[in-house]
Amino acid sequence: MKNRAIVIMKKFAFVVLFVMFIAISHMMRFAGGMEIGKNFRVFFMEMILILPLMFILIGLFEVWVPRERIIRHLGAEAGHWGTLWVILLAMLQVGPLYAAFPVAALLWRKGCSVRNIFIYLGAFTALKIPMLTFEVGFLGWKFSLLRALFSFPVFIVIGFLLAADLKDRQFEVKEPV
Amino acid sequence: MIVLALATAILLLLSFIADRGKTLAGLKKGAKMFLNILPALLSVLILVSVFLYVFPAQVLTEWLGRGTGWAGIASAAFLGSISLIPGFIAFPLGAILVRSGVSYQVVAVFITTLMMVGILTLPLEAKYFGWKVGILRNALSFAGALLVGLLMGIFL
Repeated sequence: MKNRAIVIMKKFAFVVLFVMFIAISHMMRFAGGMEIGKNFRVFFMEMILILPLMFILIGLFEVWVPRERIIRHLGAEAGHWGTLWVILLAMLQVGPLYAAFPVAALLWRKGCSVRNIFIYLGAFTALKIPMLTFEVGFLGWKFSLLRALFSFPVFIVIGFLLAADLKDRQFEVKEPV
Repeated sequence: MIVLALATAILLLLSFIADRGKTLAGLKKGAKMFLNILPALLSVLILVSVFLYVFPAQVLTEWLGRGTGWAGIASAAFLGSISLIPGFIAFPLGAILVRSGVSYQVVAVFITTLMMVGILTLPLEAKYFGWKVGILRNALSFAGALLVGLLMGIFL
């Protein structure tokens, strides 16, 4: 038990140091530190609003969706339909790229193919619908449409390239511990 | 965001009605995964916070606005790759750049690299895929993003 506490403390040491730095900055009225603290709060809020929800969904997916089903639909033998499904899944999501990694790990555990995992990540970076609506609002239809149109073949090709490159290696998506 | 929260709540409720034990097991698994990644995640957010302090939006605008031709594209690609700026800051920034006369090509390269390449999140990505694959994925995405941005510039 004591060992575990030490391990956890070590893991959070950097974060604790940072929080102390921000606190001291506030006490000393150090503008730079206060500014960094303000930035951190913005990013922290974005993260803490989205990720717990994501992990609830991941947990539910974990217990309810049988592996065989994912292998059948998104696995190496699933063909184009599997690719289409992962792209649709990615498009429906929100959040920064780091929110996609745990989903990729989940898909991997359930038997999704390497190619579809990387296509999922690519679609996540380029085609999320909530992001697209925002982009259209600021940069216009033409901009978004062209970007989506050109990005599409790019992340498909990246998925194929990475899958081909990793085929004969011991590649796996790990769950951080 | 609200849609996500609502969908999660409904699914959670349905799952709870269908099978209490299974739901709790799933929640426990999800919580454990979240706690495992939390330290690395917070560290990345700290990096990003410091980055945005060193390169605030005004500075980015200034840099991107000054560059023309290939130098402008190179600086857009560089800044886009190392930044982790949420869409709600990046898109208005892009609109300002376009309005102040920066070429579409530069703005497009900045936006595409920003979205598809994440150097600051690489430590996090490496925890899932390993460093080699993480770097390879980002390198390929960088080439792809550059291509997309340049092509867009031709049509805009």
